[in-house]
Amino acid sequence: MRSDAAPRAPRALQAAALAGMAFLHVPMLFIFLYAFSSEDQTYVFPPPGLTTKWFGVAWERPDVWQAIELSLQVAAVSTALALVLGTLAALALARTRFFGREAVSLLLVLPIALPGIVTGIALRSAYGLGGIPFGFWTIVVGHATFCVVVVYNNAVARLRRTSPSLIEASMDLGADAFQTLRHVLLPSLGTALLAGGMLAFALSFDEVIVTTFTAGQQTTLPIWMLQELVRPRQRPVTNVVAVVIVALTFLPILAAYYLTRGDEHARAPHK
Amino acid sequence: MSALARSLSTTLYGRRGLALALLLAPPLLWLGIVYCGSLLALLANSFYGLDEFSGVIKREFTLKNFVELAAPANRDVIARTVGMAAAVTVGCALVAFPIAYLMARYTRGWVRAALYLGVMLPLWSSYLVRVYAWKLLLAREGVVNWMFAEAGLSWLLQGILAVPGIGGPSLSISSLGTFIVFVYIWLPFMILPIQAALERVPQSLIEASADLGAHDAATFRKVILPLALPGVIAGSIFTFSLTLGDYIIPGIIGDSSLYLGQVVYLQQGTAGNVPLAAAFTLVPITVMAVYLAVAKRMGAFDAL
Repeated sequence: MRSDAAPRAPRALQAAALAGMAFLHVPMLFIFLYAFSSEDQTYVFPPPGLTTKWFGVAWERPDVWQAIELSLQVAAVSTALALVLGTLAALALARTRFFGREAVSLLLVLPIALPGIVTGIALRSAYGLGGIPFGFWTIVVGHATFCVVVVYNNAVARLRRTSPSLIEASMDLGADAFQTLRHVLLPSLGTALLAGGMLAFALSFDEVIVTTFTAGQQTTLPIWMLQELVRPRQRPVTNVVAVVIVALTFLPILAAYYLTRGDEHARAPHK
Repeated sequence: MSALARSLSTTLYGRRGLALALLLAPPLLWLGIVYCGSLLALLANSFYGLDEFSGVIKREFTLKNFVELAAPANRDVIARTVGMAAAVTVGCALVAFPIAYLMARYTRGWVRAALYLGVMLPLWSSYLVRVYAWKLLLAREGVVNWMFAEAGLSWLLQGILAVPGIGGPSLSISSLGTFIVFVYIWLPFMILPIQAALERVPQSLIEASADLGAHDAATFRKVILPLALPGVIAGSIFTFSLTLGDYIIPGIIGDSSLYLGQVVYLQQGTAGNVPLAAAFTLVPITVMAVYLAVAKRMGAFDAL
């Protein structure tokens, strides 16, 4: 018997944990089932028949495509901004101690520590006071703000794992600070930044609460989904889009997990 | 170019402070101006009033919004929201604990990795889709009703729905439904901190407890549970704060009674009263500030 083998859990504990995990995952399975339901007026269970025609119907919907396109653009630009700002903050804070350091790290975490509605209404108040019209960039500013901390967390976890003697060796061998950054720090940061970027992308792609306050007339995919939830128009199309959203967000998250296996795990996002 | 880089590098190396300032300036300017500026704008707005005739925001100092906050209807909303947040937190802790305990103490290798992914995926993604799933499940013609009917337990479901305060015409139009969906959505936020806290309990402590003659149950109660508590509190910060601020879940699953987030949303949207919405937002901020202060005293931040 291997010495690191896990001890056997009591039956009651196994049952309780299994029930909890089922509660966490079984509901999503029904989304997949309903995407194939032939019923288009109600959520009747079991579905009277199965069909793949709704995927074709959804494919033909220009409003869905426009929403996906806007969401991808917003997520891409927000992630790019977050990558720059988050990396800079991580390089500055990873190994330094200075007066006000705690305040700076609090400031970084604040956008995800406070409920999304606070961030949303705060940005809206500011846009209102500044007379800034709502549009693409007002959404991006909000998303980038809460995505910075995601990149920062991943980058800081990796920098803490990178040995400081590597940096010293690089300097001793005559490299200047920029060469060290380019040839030593950034390569070791690479996969952590990729992971942080993917999580930030997923977070932005999925965000709805802050977006409702900063979007004006623009419809991102989650806003489209929210409108369908409040006033359903064609339920089967909503079911299909739901499956697409799940697929599009699971992939980057799985990739991010794979890329940062050895790091201490990044902190939770907010809603 | 490289000579320039080198001389710049030498200058920066001599002045660590300057290098630090250059690195920090962009993120600090962004968060300082965009985020803190917005929070200040929010605070300022909460002291502004609305012109009763034109509906335009008047930039004059007034405490009217805070007087309105204390109106009985609004006090009800605040009490209902805080009560729901507390109930959801307890619900999440009860469901999360066995999962976290199993993950931390009884799993290794790929099983643990799979469980971890199983908790992390729903935490990061598809918030609206996950709410939507419950609309399918809880609908009158939906899965849950069907299961109760198949099991011959429809009378039980009807009995639960008949309870005033938590029931309603169907699960998707009841505050019990709202509660279930809140617990479901925020559950991963509770599992991970408890798991982190439990993983840090040293095996030697548990062995020592057993050596001193404690049964498993006594060890659990006197050693493991107290050490897991900071994790539970850390998780409760998320579940409490997220429930306080959420306006989407009670709007989609639940009876028509309003929650804090919904009032904020309605005030700034249809009513166009951003000042009152801003004042309302200060309630969850204040509640969370108090909550965080208490949590910090109980050592929850070490488990975050």
